[in-house]
Amino acid sequence: MQFGIFTVGDVTTDPTTGRTPTEHERIKDTVAIALKAEEVGLDVFATGEHHNPPFVPSSPTTLLGHIAARTENLILSTSTTLITTNDPVKIAEDYATLQHLADGRVDLMMGRGNTGPVYPWFGQDIRQGIPLAIEHYSLLHKLWREDVVDWEGKFRSALQGFTSTPRPLDGVPPFVWHGSIRSPEIAEQAAYYGDGFFANHIFWPKQHTEKMVRLYRQRYAHYGHGTPEQAIVGLGGQVFIRKNSQDAVREFRPYFDNAPVYGHGPSLEEFSRETPLTVGSPQEIIERTLSFRDYVGDYQRQLFLLDHAGLPTKTVLEQLDILGEEVIPVLRKEFESLRPAGVPTTAPLHPAVQRKSGTQQPVTQQPVTQKQEA
Amino acid sequence: MRTLKLVAVSAGLSSPSSTRLLADRLLQAARYRLAEQEYAVEVEVIELRDLAVDIAKNFVTGFPSEALRTAIDTVTGADGVITVTPVFTASYSGLFKSFFDLIDPAALTGVPVLIAATGGTARHSLVLDHALRPLFAYLRAAVAPTAVYAASEDWGSGGDEYTEGLPARITRAGVEFAELVAARPDRADEDDEVVPFEKQLADLRFD
Repeated sequence: MQFGIFTVGDVTTDPTTGRTPTEHERIKDTVAIALKAEEVGLDVFATGEHHNPPFVPSSPTTLLGHIAARTENLILSTSTTLITTNDPVKIAEDYATLQHLADGRVDLMMGRGNTGPVYPWFGQDIRQGIPLAIEHYSLLHKLWREDVVDWEGKFRSALQGFTSTPRPLDGVPPFVWHGSIRSPEIAEQAAYYGDGFFANHIFWPKQHTEKMVRLYRQRYAHYGHGTPEQAIVGLGGQVFIRKNSQDAVREFRPYFDNAPVYGHGPSLEEFSRETPLTVGSPQEIIERTLSFRDYVGDYQRQLFLLDHAGLPTKTVLEQLDILGEEVIPVLRKEFESLRPAGVPTTAPLHPAVQRKSGTQQPVTQQPVTQKQEA
Repeated sequence: MRTLKLVAVSAGLSSPSSTRLLADRLLQAARYRLAEQEYAVEVEVIELRDLAVDIAKNFVTGFPSEALRTAIDTVTGADGVITVTPVFTASYSGLFKSFFDLIDPAALTGVPVLIAATGGTARHSLVLDHALRPLFAYLRAAVAPTAVYAASEDWGSGGDEYTEGLPARITRAGVEFAELVAARPDRADEDDEVVPFEKQLADLRFD
């Protein structure tokens, strides 16, 4: 099981102090948070992509490239990359470059984005969201796997004899996740390619997550990539932890009550009941996280959202300490002891990462055998 | 024998409520007609006043509470839906509209719907045709031809030379609605419908 954090990169006023960080502070603090994630033994750091205030991460490869230079083991991912409005050719090039610089420690998560105006800002049509996600990804998939590409599609200019450079490190493209909340087309897409499926999970009742993951697993098997249990599943979640439960609730409540994503609606208690949000002691976080397995099965990656809602960076770093010391080690052991044989422990790792860690891992990504499609 | 599920949605706010009363009467009329044709009928009434806070919260969070989810599933899973709203400021109540705003726009496609409203005076009766009918036309529901408007005075009077009395209108609306419900084929389970990926890709290719 891989554990990590994913950031949305929101710049939110701290409701307890009235202070709003500058964009500069937020970007620098995001790096500090990622470095801390490596220090406390987490496996993954992932960043969202947004092109409007109050969010800062519009340039994930710049951020991840910088973090790559300052870390050794952390897997760097997006959460998500906008496959609809970014040019797939530029994605192929940017992330192949990042992959070389990070020695293979790069994953990508594809998403359609949920901010309507982003589509016209980048010259696309939101009504074509799903077709864009399908066509753009099919091109990206090809660009990483075929040295010379001839391609023609609906949404982008055609390519003749095009070679995307640099080629992926050792001929192995970054592992790709497809993120979705409730579009079965995307679960189907992930299953078709044998890629990972990431259920956002946060802000949503478990019924959505359960249904989408079940569909993905069935279709993964249908396309012959393995059994439904072997499909690669990732989940989001959000936590706030203190030694004892009451302190956690007392400290987090003003942030919850005022956050753009939660505030002024249901109470913290109601929201915690309906979604994965868990505010409490390390033991409570452990029990809740283990319970996700009851409805999605054994899965390979758990990402937590920690740095949001205006929480000060100091608090986020403390959260990482508690997570790294008291929560993750127990979760690793528990999940591992429950995992049946034959179900992958982690998402596939790049062979360069594999060689470096030297540990026995059941899943390695395979280099692409070069062949041209007729 | 097929069991038909009828659901009435009442947006009445008081208790007792004439809106709820009208919903009950319409349900009864439809049920009676279906029972004559030897259908087994299950009926349920959803009072939106009990869900008012949950409906507001859904707008903030983007997902329904368990009680609201159950109500939405009940409506979208019904063989026929009777909807009754009081008239507020020349239209359906905001609560009524908000509830239907939370239902997937495709979930009521082809579903027989009987529309009805209550109000203080008969002069609001066109609300059925200028507000409720367009709403359910947008949702592509099969709206029964007769809609029922009950003004306060209707509860204590018969018809006049131009209009039948309330009981006659309720019966006519109930019968028409029942015929639509009985004529509609069994709703297939639409869950987990997948468009195979080859088809999704093929749809993008040039002809």
